[in-house]
Amino acid sequence: MTVSAAWYLTLAAAMFSIGAIGLLVRRNVLVMFMCVELMLNAANLTFVTFARELNDVGGQAVVFFVLVVAAAEVVVGLGIIVAIYRRRLGATADDIHVLKG
Amino acid sequence: MHLFLASATLPDTITFAIAAAICIVGSLGVVVSTHPVHSALMLVMTLFGVAVLFVEENAQFLAAVQVIVYAGAIVVLFLFVIMLLGVDRAESIAADPLRGQRLTALLLGLLVLAEVVLLGRGRWPTGAHSTAGALNQGTKPNVNVLGTSIFTTFLLPFEITSALLVIAIVGAVVLARRPRRPVGGASSPIPSAKGLTGPPEAEGDDTDRGPLQMGVEDLEDSDGLEAGRPGVPATHGQEGSKS
Amino acid sequence: MTYSSLLAVIQTPHIDYTAILPELICIGGALALLLTGALAVRQLPTVVYTAMTVAISVAAVVSSLVLWHIVQLHGAFAAIAKSLAIDGFSVAFVLLASCVLVVAALAADGFLRREEVAGPEYYALALLSASGAMFMASANDLIVIFLGLEIMSIPLYILAGFDHRRQESGEASMKYFVLGAFSSAIFVYGIALTYGATGSTNLAEIASFLANNVLTSNALLLAGLGLLLVGFGFKIAAVPFHMWTPDVYEGAPTPATGFMAAIAKVGGFAALLRVFYSSFHTLAIDWQPVLFVMAILTLLTGAILGLVQRDIKRMLAYSSINHAGFVLLGLQAATASGVSASLYYVFVYAFLVLGSFTVIELVGKRGDRAHPIEGYRGLARREPFLALCLALLLLAQAGAPFTTGFLAKLYVVEAAVQAHSYALAVTAMLAGAIAADFELRVVFLMYGASAPAPAEATDAAPAFSIEGSLAVPDPVSSAPAPGASTGTLASAAVMTGHDLATVTVAGAAASERVEVPLLARAALVLTCGFTVVLGIWPAPLFAFVHAARLLF
Repeated sequence: MTVSAAWYLTLAAAMFSIGAIGLLVRRNVLVMFMCVELMLNAANLTFVTFARELNDVGGQAVVFFVLVVAAAEVVVGLGIIVAIYRRRLGATADDIHVLKG
Repeated sequence: MHLFLASATLPDTITFAIAAAICIVGSLGVVVSTHPVHSALMLVMTLFGVAVLFVEENAQFLAAVQVIVYAGAIVVLFLFVIMLLGVDRAESIAADPLRGQRLTALLLGLLVLAEVVLLGRGRWPTGAHSTAGALNQGTKPNVNVLGTSIFTTFLLPFEITSALLVIAIVGAVVLARRPRRPVGGASSPIPSAKGLTGPPEAEGDDTDRGPLQMGVEDLEDSDGLEAGRPGVPATHGQEGSKS
Repeated sequence: MTYSSLLAVIQTPHIDYTAILPELICIGGALALLLTGALAVRQLPTVVYTAMTVAISVAAVVSSLVLWHIVQLHGAFAAIAKSLAIDGFSVAFVLLASCVLVVAALAADGFLRREEVAGPEYYALALLSASGAMFMASANDLIVIFLGLEIMSIPLYILAGFDHRRQESGEASMKYFVLGAFSSAIFVYGIALTYGATGSTNLAEIASFLANNVLTSNALLLAGLGLLLVGFGFKIAAVPFHMWTPDVYEGAPTPATGFMAAIAKVGGFAALLRVFYSSFHTLAIDWQPVLFVMAILTLLTGAILGLVQRDIKRMLAYSSINHAGFVLLGLQAATASGVSASLYYVFVYAFLVLGSFTVIELVGKRGDRAHPIEGYRGLARREPFLALCLALLLLAQAGAPFTTGFLAKLYVVEAAVQAHSYALAVTAMLAGAIAADFELRVVFLMYGASAPAPAEATDAAPAFSIEGSLAVPDPVSSAPAPGASTGTLASAAVMTGHDLATVTVAGAAASERVEVPLLARAALVLTCGFTVVLGIWPAPLFAFVHAARLLF
C-alpha cells in the first residue's frame, strides 16, 4: 500500500502550478512548451491517483488519450517554431545565404 | 508526517518521497534553467519521476508508455529542435509578452497554492464510485484491464485519436514545407527597409527575376520601385506624409 | 489465442454509423483530398480541391439533415458506448459546422488561387477542424470533448500560420498555439478534478451522480468546474481569457481568420452549453455568478476596446469578443429558452463573421497585409457589391432590425430578463450600443464620406487593374499611373494626415479594382441571404432552434 492519495494530488497540484507559472514567466517558447508538458503530466498523475482511489479504470484510459494529444501538440508546436525560425532566417541573417542553396 | 505512516509501508513511502523530490526538483529545473537543453534534461528527470509514481499506483502500462513515448520520443523531439535551431539561436526565439502576464502568474500561483492546501488536507472525498469498470480485477494484469476499457467504454475516443495523428502529420508537412518561391530576396520582412537601403539594390534585385516572380512586397512597396525609376521624385511619399 | 476467442474476450460496443456520419464524411473527405493531392501526376488546380471540399461539406450538411430527421422522428439517443449524445442540440451544431465549412471553402478558393497556395492541405485541415467541432458538439464524455477540442484547435493553429510570406502569420500561429496548449492543459486538469469528484468523465453519469448524491464537500468539483470554464473561455475568447484574439485575428490569413472565428465559437459554445447546462445544472447556483461577471466583462471589454481600433480585423476581433458575451448571456440564464437563444446567436453569428471576413479578404487584395479601417472610405463607389454585403453584415452584427442579428440580440436579452438578470440585460444593451457605434462607423465610412480624389482613382484604375496573375505593369503602359497615384497619395495625405503606411494602402485601394471571384460571390450571397431572409422571415430558424433540445 503506497502513501495516501492526498500526497499524490498535492504533488500533482504543485507540478501543475510550477508548469503554469513557468509558462507565464518564461520568454523562451521551447521552455514554454516544456511547461505545458509539465502541466499535462500533473493532470495525468491526478488521473492515475483518482483511478487508484476510485478503483476505476477510466482514469488510466484517459491518461492514454492525453499522451496522444501531447504528442500531436508537440509535433505541431515544434513545427510552428521551426517555420517561424525559417522565416526569420530568411529575413535577418543575410550572411548565411549559402546554406539555403 | 502522520499521513505518510498511516497506511503506507516503509519502502513505498521512501519510493514516493524520492520520486516526488525528483518531480519537484525537475519541474523547478525546467522553469529555472537558463539553457533550453538543461530544461529538456530536467523535463526527462521529471517524467521519470512521474513514471515511478505510476508504477507505485499500479499503472504499469502507463509507466512504460510514459518512458517510451514521453522521454523517448517527445523530449528527443524537443532536443532535436533545439539542436536544429542552434543552441544560441533557440534562446532568441521569444514570444511576445502579454500584458499583465506576471500578475496573472502571481494570481494563478496563489490560486493553486490554495488548492494544494485544500488537497493536502485530504478533504476531497465526495463519495464518488467507479463507473467505467474496476481497476483491480483479481489476477487480471493492468494491461488487460486497460486494453478492454479502451476497446469498449472508450472506443470512440480511441478511434478519433487517429484524426489527431493525421492532423499532426499534415501539420508537420505544411509547416515544414518551403514556400514555392524563394523567400530570401523577394520577401524583405520590413517593407520600409527596402526603401531605406536605396533604389539601386531594388533594381539589382529585380534583374535576375522575371516579372512573374516578383514578390508581393515589390508591388506594395511601390514607392521604393518608383524611386528607382528616373524622372520620378524619390521622396514624394515622405513629403506627402509630412504635409 | 485465436481471433474468435479474442473477440469473445472483448465485447466491442455497437457502432452506429449514422450517428457519426457527418464526422466520418469530413475526416474521410480530408483523407481523400490528401490522397488526391499525393497521387495526382501533376499539380491540380486549386479549383479541383475547392470543388471536392464543397461536395464533401454539402454531403456533411445532407447527412446531418438526415440525422436531424432521425432525431426528430425517433427521439434522441446515446451512441457508441454512450460517448456521444445525438440529440437535436448536437445535430443543430453539427449542421452549423457543416454549413460553416461550405461557406469557408467557397470563400477561401479565391484567396488560395490569388496567393498561389497550391495543394489540398488548407482544405484538409479545415475539414478535420470542422470534424473536431462536430465531435465537441455531440460529445457525451469529457474526454471526447477534450479530443474534439484538440482536433478542432490544432488545425486552426496551423491555418493561422498558413501564410509563409508574412511574419505576422507565424507569430499569430505561435501565440495561438502557446495559449491554446496552455488552455487545453488547464482543461485536462479540470477534467481530472471533475473525474475525481464524480467518479466519471461521462456527462450523463456526472449528471446522474450529482442528481442522486449530496456531496460531503464540493470544493474539488468546483475547482474542476472552474478550470473547465477557463479552458472553454480561451476557446470562445471570453474575457479575461481573450488576450490572444486581436493578435491572432490580425495575423492569421483572412479566410482562415473567418473560419477560425466561426468554427471555434461553434465547437466551444456547443460543448460549453452542454457541459454547464446539461451536466452541471444542479450546480447552477455556483456557476451562474461566475458567468455573470464573465459575461459583463466580455461584453464591455469587447465593446470599449473595439472603439479605438484602426485595423478592421482587430476591430472585428473585439466585436467577436463582444458577441461571445452575448452568447454567454443565454447560458447564464440557465434556462431552456436561454440555451435556445445562445444556439440561435451562435447560428447567426457564424454566418455574419464568415461573410465579414470574406469581404475583408477581398478588399485587402493580394498580399493580405494591412487592413486599415481608413481603406474602406468610399468603398461603396468603388465596389458597390462588396460594400453592400459588408454593410449588411455589419448592420446585422450591430443588431439592426430586419436582420438575424437583431432577433439574436433580442432573444438572449429576453432570456436574461426572464432569469431576472436585469443588470446583465442592461449591460448587454449598453455594450451592444457601444459595439454598434464602431460597427456602423465602417458602414458610414463606406457610404458617407467622399473617397479621396475619386476622379483620379477611376482614371488610374485601368492602368493598375491586374487580372489573375500578378504582373508588374511595364513602364510604357503604366507611365501615367505613378503620377496619378502620386496625386492620390498626396491628396489622401492632406485629407487624412495619417501615417504613411495607412495612406499608401488607402491610395492603393483607391486605385485598384477588386476582383471578386465567382465562388467568393456565392459565399457572400449565401451569408447575406441567410442574414436578410431569416431576418425578415425568422419563423423557420426559430422553429429549428426550438426543436433542438438537449438529450437530458
